[in-house]
Amino acid sequence: MNKFYHTLKTLFLLGWSIFVVFPFLWALSTSFKDANAITSGATYIPWVDFEPSTQGWTSLFTNGSQGINIVGPFIDSAAVTLIASLVSLILGTLAAYGLSRFEYRLGFVKNADITFFFISQRIMPPIVLAIPFFLMLKELGALDTIFGLVLVYVALLLPIAVWVMTDFFAGIPKELDEMAMTDGCSPIGAFFRVILPNSVPGLVVAGMFCLIFGWNDFFFAFTLTFTETQLLPVSIVSLNSSVTPWWSLSAFALISVAPLALVAIVVERYMSRGTMSGAIR
Amino acid sequence: MLQIDHLTTAKAKVSLDNVSFLFEAGNIYTILGRTGAGKTELLRALMGLNPLINGDIKLDKENITKRPIRDRNMSLVYQQFINYPHLSVLDNVAFPLRRQGKKKAQAQALASTMLTTVGLGDFLHRRPSQLSGGQQQRVALARAMVKQSRILMLDEPLANLDYKLREQLREEFPRLVADNQESVILYTTTEPREAMELGNTMIVMHDGEIIASGPPADLFAHPPTKDTASVISDPPISFISGFVRDQALYFGEGQLAPSEGLQLPPDGPVTIALRPDAIEPGGAFTAKIGLSEFSASQTIIHLDFDFGRAIMMVEGIETFKSGDNLSISIQAEQMMLFAPDGRNITLRDN
Repeated sequence: MNKFYHTLKTLFLLGWSIFVVFPFLWALSTSFKDANAITSGATYIPWVDFEPSTQGWTSLFTNGSQGINIVGPFIDSAAVTLIASLVSLILGTLAAYGLSRFEYRLGFVKNADITFFFISQRIMPPIVLAIPFFLMLKELGALDTIFGLVLVYVALLLPIAVWVMTDFFAGIPKELDEMAMTDGCSPIGAFFRVILPNSVPGLVVAGMFCLIFGWNDFFFAFTLTFTETQLLPVSIVSLNSSVTPWWSLSAFALISVAPLALVAIVVERYMSRGTMSGAIR
Repeated sequence: MLQIDHLTTAKAKVSLDNVSFLFEAGNIYTILGRTGAGKTELLRALMGLNPLINGDIKLDKENITKRPIRDRNMSLVYQQFINYPHLSVLDNVAFPLRRQGKKKAQAQALASTMLTTVGLGDFLHRRPSQLSGGQQQRVALARAMVKQSRILMLDEPLANLDYKLREQLREEFPRLVADNQESVILYTTTEPREAMELGNTMIVMHDGEIIASGPPADLFAHPPTKDTASVISDPPISFISGFVRDQALYFGEGQLAPSEGLQLPPDGPVTIALRPDAIEPGGAFTAKIGLSEFSASQTIIHLDFDFGRAIMMVEGIETFKSGDNLSISIQAEQMMLFAPDGRNITLRDN
């Protein structure tokens, strides 16, 4: 019976893996095709079904496809996402620690209300924020700049960081902070010396979410930039014109996905590690 | 010397109510009380973890009530085995020394010595999560002791350990804290036996107040109040309503109670306290057997008398059938009398 379930499980996982991986394989295959190979029906295996070409990849670095060079947007995207994620993570972690350890009260507003306020920023549809953000960045002279996008992305990513980290800190016993203070730490020292080193899984999860949402955002990247700054999701869309270069589009898509996939592979082991074991029994 | 005056914390499920006491250095004070009596609240208030609404804490006559936690020169071992999960056992114990400004090598050398003292010399580079419960609590104890604080507080440190480990650590405890002669040691527990075994002075807490204190043997022999007698008795002491009339003592509705050797108070209601060893099988009273249970090499039997319920303890493992009637004798020399206000009013003929 066990063997049966094991086989069933393996088959299911295999099927699911194919379902998930196939689009990537398809994009990989397409990125090495040329116009002829794409328009002549479904082909799968290079050198057998079609003659591979690196045109799709090289054109991205030589302004070949619709005059688009991927390097600039890639650097812009990386800069905006990394800076915004880092700032959000730092501010969000500090805010979450405060919310999980201290009681705030301003009239009827308490900790739970403040936490909800942060989360509520993500509840409303982005379109609601587009015009206010546009006007604010215009006033600041930050439209179409990395700085302006970082500001907007911090506003968007901060709720995620606060949400994830508040939940994570709630799982760390308060006695650990108290212990650190009885052992000679100030409250902020307890945070940096004890709580933060034990929060790596939470930080990794929050960081991953920030990177994913920041990297993949299209809407604000589209509405708040014109020519000076361009992020990957907007660039990839501009590839799609009357004659879509599917080979370049596929290569572009793979390059866009690669950083997140790499980060996920590297940090996965931190996400699954339960570092709080041994803190309290 | 640690002096606390009128410590009071905000009203909560458990709060301190005007607690005053003088703790002398070099003594082990066991604080005994039931769950919710305020033991942990007292330690946390001393440590500065729970805010006071009134009262002063003086260490060597210096008022430290408003001092930050880190500057109080106190250590606390929690009931849960709290250690720093990201640090090795050695670094856990060296942590407070590093915060005191000691160099890493010096801190680790002192920590290593302390860990050897508590029997963990072979586990210096393990993580706390790789140790058993008893070993984890030893790490916590070593970390608290290595600081050589003036006040060492242990909040039911053995409560989460299994029976064998508890017995073992209880036996070792005096040796482990022997180096802390300059410290005041406060040890809270819910177990009377532990409190009597480990403390030079026993403090009994109830409802957020200190209701009795003194040498454990004296307190056990002469508990000043009914609440004290109740807290320090294990197995539980039984309280039976009674009264005194015409120089005779009666149980309940009027069954004559033994009173040889007792100086009875004036006529009026009293509470008669029967320790489990005051009741023996064979005698003039009859009781119905309720639950019987074994504790180590003794048998504890719950009895239903006409005048109330009581607990009897007999040496050895014996089987009593629930529901049977048993003839019982009650030893007046093991009885105590309490006034309606709870004061111990037991007087014996010399």
